[in-house]
Amino acid sequence: MDYLAQQLINGLVLGSIYGLIAIGYTMVYGIVGMINFAHGDIFMIGGFIALITFLVLVSFGLTAVPVVLLIVLLVSMAITALYGWTVERIAYRPLRHSFKLAPMLSAIGMSFVLTNYSQVAQGARVKPVPPIITGGYTLHEGSRGFAVQLSNIQIIVVITTVVLLLLFTWLVARTRLGRDMRACEQDQTMAALLGVDVDRTISMTFVIGAALAAVAGMMYLLYYGLVDFFMGFVAGIKAFTAAVLGGIGSLPGAMLGGLAIGLIETLWSAYFSVEYKDVAAFSILIVVLIFMPTGLLGRPEVEKV
Amino acid sequence: MSGVSGSTSEHKPAAGAPGFASILQKAFVSAFVALVLFSLMIGIRTEAGPTGQLIYWTRFGELASLVAAVFVGSIAFELIRRWLGPIGAANIIPPFVQGRLSGAGRLIAPALLIFTFLVPVIFYNQRYILDLGILVLTYVMLGWGLNVVVGLAGLLDLGYVAFYAVGAYSYALLATTFGLSFWVCLPLAGILASLWGVMLGFPVLRLRGDYLAIVTLAFGEIIRLVIINWQSLTGGPNGISGIPRPTLFGIPLTPADDGLAALLGIEFSPTHRIVFLFYLILALALLTNWVTIRLRRLPIGRAWEALREDEVACRALGINTTTTKLTAFATGAMFGGFAGAFFATRQGFISPESFTFQESALVLAIVVLGGMGSQLGVALSALAMIGGFELFRGLDQYRMLVFGMAMVLLMIWRPRGLIGHRAPTVFLKKAKAISSDLVKEGQG
Amino acid sequence: MSDDRILDRILAVDSLAMRFGGIVAVNELSFTAERRKITALIGPNGAGKTTVFNCITGFYKPTGGTIRLTRDGADEIALEKLNDFRISKQAKVARTFQNIRLFPGMTALENLMVAQHNVLMRASGLTFLGLIGAPSWRAAEKHAIELSTFWLNRIGLLDRADDAAGNLPYGDQRRLEIARAMCTEPALLCLDEPAAGLNARESAALSELLLSIRAEQGTSILLIEHDMSVVMEISDHVVVMDYGVKIAEGSPQKVRDDPKVIAAYLGADEKEAIAVMESGT
Repeated sequence: MDYLAQQLINGLVLGSIYGLIAIGYTMVYGIVGMINFAHGDIFMIGGFIALITFLVLVSFGLTAVPVVLLIVLLVSMAITALYGWTVERIAYRPLRHSFKLAPMLSAIGMSFVLTNYSQVAQGARVKPVPPIITGGYTLHEGSRGFAVQLSNIQIIVVITTVVLLLLFTWLVARTRLGRDMRACEQDQTMAALLGVDVDRTISMTFVIGAALAAVAGMMYLLYYGLVDFFMGFVAGIKAFTAAVLGGIGSLPGAMLGGLAIGLIETLWSAYFSVEYKDVAAFSILIVVLIFMPTGLLGRPEVEKV
Repeated sequence: MSGVSGSTSEHKPAAGAPGFASILQKAFVSAFVALVLFSLMIGIRTEAGPTGQLIYWTRFGELASLVAAVFVGSIAFELIRRWLGPIGAANIIPPFVQGRLSGAGRLIAPALLIFTFLVPVIFYNQRYILDLGILVLTYVMLGWGLNVVVGLAGLLDLGYVAFYAVGAYSYALLATTFGLSFWVCLPLAGILASLWGVMLGFPVLRLRGDYLAIVTLAFGEIIRLVIINWQSLTGGPNGISGIPRPTLFGIPLTPADDGLAALLGIEFSPTHRIVFLFYLILALALLTNWVTIRLRRLPIGRAWEALREDEVACRALGINTTTTKLTAFATGAMFGGFAGAFFATRQGFISPESFTFQESALVLAIVVLGGMGSQLGVALSALAMIGGFELFRGLDQYRMLVFGMAMVLLMIWRPRGLIGHRAPTVFLKKAKAISSDLVKEGQG
Repeated sequence: MSDDRILDRILAVDSLAMRFGGIVAVNELSFTAERRKITALIGPNGAGKTTVFNCITGFYKPTGGTIRLTRDGADEIALEKLNDFRISKQAKVARTFQNIRLFPGMTALENLMVAQHNVLMRASGLTFLGLIGAPSWRAAEKHAIELSTFWLNRIGLLDRADDAAGNLPYGDQRRLEIARAMCTEPALLCLDEPAAGLNARESAALSELLLSIRAEQGTSILLIEHDMSVVMEISDHVVVMDYGVKIAEGSPQKVRDDPKVIAAYLGADEKEAIAVMESGT
C-alpha cells in the first residue's frame, strides 16, 4: 500500500512535467493543425538553458536557493520562448498554406537541427548536476520500513505546475490574446477579417508553448538531476500522447492526459517492467488514437461528405 | 540562422536608402535574436569536470563570430530575395532551356541506369566508391518501397524502418538458426515484413494525416524497443553477428576450391564479393521498380493513386479502401523487408542502432524530395541525399545538423519535390505530364 | 399523401430518420423512386436532402427506417445495412457529389478507368494475371478503355481524355463526374446538384444527357436539384422536403402549384402563399 502511494506521488509529479509539455502540443495543434515535432526538443533546450544558467549563477557565488531558482526559471522561459518563436518563423510560417507533409517534414528537420545543435554546442555527453534542492517530508512510516516520501522538489514541481496552469487558463479565457487564439482555432480567415493579427497570435501560441516546455525542462533537471540531448524525442512523443489522451485542443485535457501518462508510466515501471515503459506509453498513443481519437475532453468531429 | 523576414508580402525592389535601412533593420533584429539564442548554448560550454562535477568555460569569440555571420547572412539573404523577386526555379531558368530540359529528362533515366550497371566496371578498384554505390542503391530501394505507401497511396508512414528491421532480423535469425540460404530467406523476409505491414495497417485504417504519421512513428519505435529488450531472441543491443554472406545460388564467393573464383578459373579477390553485392542490390532495386511501374498500370495501383486523390470518391465508386490501404502497406513493407535482408547479409552483423527513427525520416525525406510517386525523382534524391551525407563523413554531428537544415530549406523551396509532375498510367493519344500542383498529397 | 400508382419500384425509402446528437436532420421520410424514371428531391437549403443521399449511398448509417433497393428481376437489398462501397459495388448505386469529387491529379480517362476498378480487379486475377500480362487481362483492359471512350464521347470530352481532371473547366468536370459514375454501370444513379454552377446552355446540355441516360442505358435517376428549369424539364416524379420531412410528392406540375411547397421556398407560411397565388400571379 505504501509502495503504491509512493508510486502515485511519483507518477503525478512526472505527469505534471509531461502535462506542461503537452500543453504546447495541444495549443499548436488546435491553432494551426500541425503536430510540432520539434516541441520535445524545445523542452530539451529549456532543460539545457536552465542547466547553464544555474551553473553560471552558482559560479558567481549566488547561493540563495529561491533567488537562483527564480532567475533560472525566468531566464530559461525567456530564451526558450525565443527559440520557439524562431522555429515557427523559420520553419513553419512559410509553409502555412502548403500541403500537409511539408510542415511535418520541416518540423522533423527542425527537431534534428535542435537535437544536433545541442550536441554540437555542448558536447555529446550527459551532464549531471548535484541535487539543488534536497530534503522532503516523510508522509507515512510503513510497517516494513518503507516510508512514503514527498520530497521538496516534488512539491515545487506540483506547485509550479498548478500556478502556471491557472495562469495560462486565465490567459486563454480572459485576455484579448486568449480570445484571439480561440478565434484563430475556429476560423482563421474570419478572425483575420475581424482584425485579429493571425500571424502574431500564432507566434504567441508557439512562444507560450515553448515557455511552458522550458519550465518542464527546468523541473526535469531539478527532479532527475541530468539533461541529455535525446530526452526531447521520447518525452515529446509521450507528451503528445498525453495531449491526445486528454483531447487535442483542450488545455485542461493536456494536463489531465499528462498526469495520466505519468501515472501509467510510473505504475507500469514499478509493477511490470522498466525496460518496456516506453513501449507502454507508445502503445497508449496507438490505442487512444484508434479507439478514442477525440480523447477525454475533446470535441468529436463529423466528416462532411 | 538567417532571414527572420519570411513574411508573405512581396517588396518591390526599392532603390537607395529606405530599402537599405529596412534591410539593416532586419539584419539587426536577426543578429539580436541570434545573440539571445546562442548566448548560453554557444557562449558557454559545460562539461563534466575531472572530479565529476560540472564545469564550464566561455566561448565568447565563437558567439561573436556566429552572431556576425547571422548579421551578414541576413543582409545577403534579403539582397538576394529582392534581386530575384518571387523566387522560383521557373524564373531562374529561361523557358526555352526548360523545354530542352524536359526533353532531356526522358534521357536521364536510361542514361542513369546504364551508368549504374557500369559502375563496378569503371570503379573496380575503388572499394570506397563501390561501397557508396551499394549504400545509395539500398536507399533507392527503400525509397521506392516507401514510395508505394506515401507517394502512390498517400499514406503518411513515419515508421518505415520497422519493415527494414523485420526483414533484417528475419533473415539474420533464419540464417543463423536454421542455416537457410539467402535465396530462401529473402522471400521469407519479405513475407514476414509484409505481414507486419498488414498488422500495422489494420489499426490505422481510419487515421488521417498527422495522426497516421505519429502512430506509424510509434509503431516503428515499438519495434526498435522490442528488439533492444527481447534479448533472448534478438541479442538486444549487441545485435546478431555472424550472419552468412550471400552465395551465387549456393556457390560461395570465397577463395576456397568450391568458390566462384575457382569455378570460373580466375584469381580470387575480395572485390568479387563487393561487386556481387552491388549487382544483387541493383537487381533487387530494379525488381522493386519494375513491380511498382507495372502495379501502377493495374487496377490496384490506380486504386492506390485514387485513394491518395480522394478517398471518399473511391468509396463511392465501390472500391474497398480497407483492402486498398492494406495492400499498399503490405507491398511497401515487403520491399522494405527485402532491403533489410540484403542489409543483414551485406554487413554480416546487425544491431538495433541501425533502425532508428532517423532512418525512417531519411527515407521519407528521400521520397518527398523526389516528388512523390516519381520513380526517377526518388532515385535522384536518394543519390543526392546519401551522396551529400557521405561528404560529411567524419563530421557526424554536423551531418545531422545540416541534414535537418536541408530538410527545412527543401520543404520551403520545393515542397512538391524535384520532379514537378506525375505521369499518367493510361492514355488515348498522348501521355501528358500532370503538374504537381494538381496532384493531391493524400490524407492517409 | 399516399401513392396510388402501380409502381415498378427501384428504391423504396420508408420512415427514414437521421439524427446527429440532438439535431434531427431527417424525420420519418418515406418516398419511392420508380425504375427507369427520373425522381427529383427538392427543397430549400438545409432541408436534409444531401443527408438523405448520404443515407441512401451508405455514407451515413440511418438512425431509423429502411431503404430498400429492388434490382431488375432480382431481390430486395437493404441499403441501410450496407457499407458505402458495398452499396456501389453490390447494389449498383452510383453517386456524384455536391462539391465535385474527381481525382484532380489523374486524367479524365484515368478517372473513368478507376470507376471500373472492381471489374478490372476480377479480370486481373487479383493483380496476378495482370502482372504477367495474361491475354484475358489485356482483353478486359481494352474493353474498359472502350467503355471509357464511349462515355467520354457521350459527354463531349473525347479530345480532352488525356488532360488532368483538375484542369478541366467546371462544367466539364460536372459532366465527367456523371460519366465516371456511369462507368460503374449502375442501376440507380444519384446526382447531388448536378446543375449547380452551370449556365443556361450547360444546364440544357445536362438535361439532355440525363434524359438520354434514362432512355438508352435505362438507368433510374434520383437527383437533388435547385435549378427548377432542370427539375421541371426532366423529372417524372418530384419529392419535396423541408426541415427534414416530406411536404409534398407528385408530378412536377402538381408539386409546382402546391401552396405548401411555395410557402417553404418563400419562407412564408401556407396561407400567405395561397393568398399570393390567388391574387393572380
